[in-house]
Amino acid sequence: MFNSDQSTLKVSNLRVVRKGNEILKSISFQAAPGELIGLLGPSGSGKSTLMRSLLGVQAITSGTAQIMESAAGSSTLRGRLGYMAQSSAVYLDLTVEENIRYFAGVLVQPRAEIARVMDLVALASFSDRLVSSLSGGERTRVSLGVALLDSPPVLILDEPTVGLDPILRRDLWGTFDELAKTGVTVIVSSHVMDEAARCARLLLLRGGTLLFDGTPASLLAASRATSYDIAFERLIEGD
Amino acid sequence: MSLRRSLLTSRRILEQLRHDPRTLALLLLIPTALVGLLSWSLTNHPGSFDSIGPRLLGVFPLIVMFLVTSVITLRERSVGTLERLFTLPLTKADFVVGYAIAFGSLAIVQSVLVSVLSYTWYGLAHQGVPWRISLVALCAGLLGTAFGLALSAVAHTEFQAVQFMPAFILPQLLLCGLVIPVSQLPSVLRSVADVLPMTAAVRAIVPLQSNSYYVGQFAIMLAYIFVALVVGAATLRRVTK
Repeated sequence: MFNSDQSTLKVSNLRVVRKGNEILKSISFQAAPGELIGLLGPSGSGKSTLMRSLLGVQAITSGTAQIMESAAGSSTLRGRLGYMAQSSAVYLDLTVEENIRYFAGVLVQPRAEIARVMDLVALASFSDRLVSSLSGGERTRVSLGVALLDSPPVLILDEPTVGLDPILRRDLWGTFDELAKTGVTVIVSSHVMDEAARCARLLLLRGGTLLFDGTPASLLAASRATSYDIAFERLIEGD
Repeated sequence: MSLRRSLLTSRRILEQLRHDPRTLALLLLIPTALVGLLSWSLTNHPGSFDSIGPRLLGVFPLIVMFLVTSVITLRERSVGTLERLFTLPLTKADFVVGYAIAFGSLAIVQSVLVSVLSYTWYGLAHQGVPWRISLVALCAGLLGTAFGLALSAVAHTEFQAVQFMPAFILPQLLLCGLVIPVSQLPSVLRSVADVLPMTAAVRAIVPLQSNSYYVGQFAIMLAYIFVALVVGAATLRRVTK
């Protein structure tokens, strides 16, 4: 279905300095099609900055980030990366459908794509509701719907599950998993360590440094911990 | 640049305003009501409204559009939609021109509404040509939009944007010839006033001037609109440093 030998994402020695602060210190990792990667770490660890660097909206100080053979930020990648920011980044004073329609238009998508995406995030029955009248979880789904337009091969989702109830979180992770199974590289950030269990692969970030890159099981095994919180603590102390 | 993406953007902005009828009403009715109030207040001074009223038609759209545009673009920044758009194939020019088209069309509606009411209900007997007054109101609205877009690069919050309004508008209001004729200003201020966009808007309405005089005033306004739009597009940052 997809060639997993080929990396969609190659980050090497990525460093970001913003206003004299070193936010990211020499980050390196690769990602293949179909991987569901959890980017975990406390707030302020550089998760959003890393994601924004991949998207090309954050300047890279040194190092490289290649996405599908193009340098991060190159104009050929615009619209090829599905992005969901921490803020919902949709128009609160538009209806669900008007939001999706506008972004679909920018991406030159047919009408059918609007319907497909609305079904995918289960928003068809909300199409005429103003986003400002929706709950947090529903807004997240609108934002996810926009990110899914034109089926991008890479999805970058910044804390999509924050503040949502457990059932919604489970459903969203289910959606991410299904997307990964179709060959999409999905990178999801979270500061909730327990979400580690949902991912096939973990990247642990702290103070701009990648502390761990591996499967959730190997993290628990390596730190002889029973919970991800404890594993993370031991990882930091042993550092 | 793609006109299609600009038009999509302006349609989206107009849809946003459609869902906010209060803002839309304020946008269209405030200038109309203010000119009406002025005509009423000058009832006992026959002829005064004929000279002051039309000049304000060039001032109100500038103020209103400046405020609305700067706040609505700042909101795009704070909500994150601007950043999202910058990860999509939308250029800065598409974005800025989209705003200019949306608010430009609102400025047309606004100017037609104000001029029609002025000439009928408010009893304006101006020696100028109505279409020129409407054209000035349109240019003034575009000026406000263009400057509002440029300002959103400087102001970081909606709170700051609102405070920029008096800093940007009031000096022009004092110097544009509404309070004191430009010719009676001290020479330094006169040379400043001569090149202010609001002065050009007021001058373009003054009746019985030569054609080249009007062309000159419109040229000043168009130059400001163009420069402010370019500055507005140039100061939008696709990439955070």
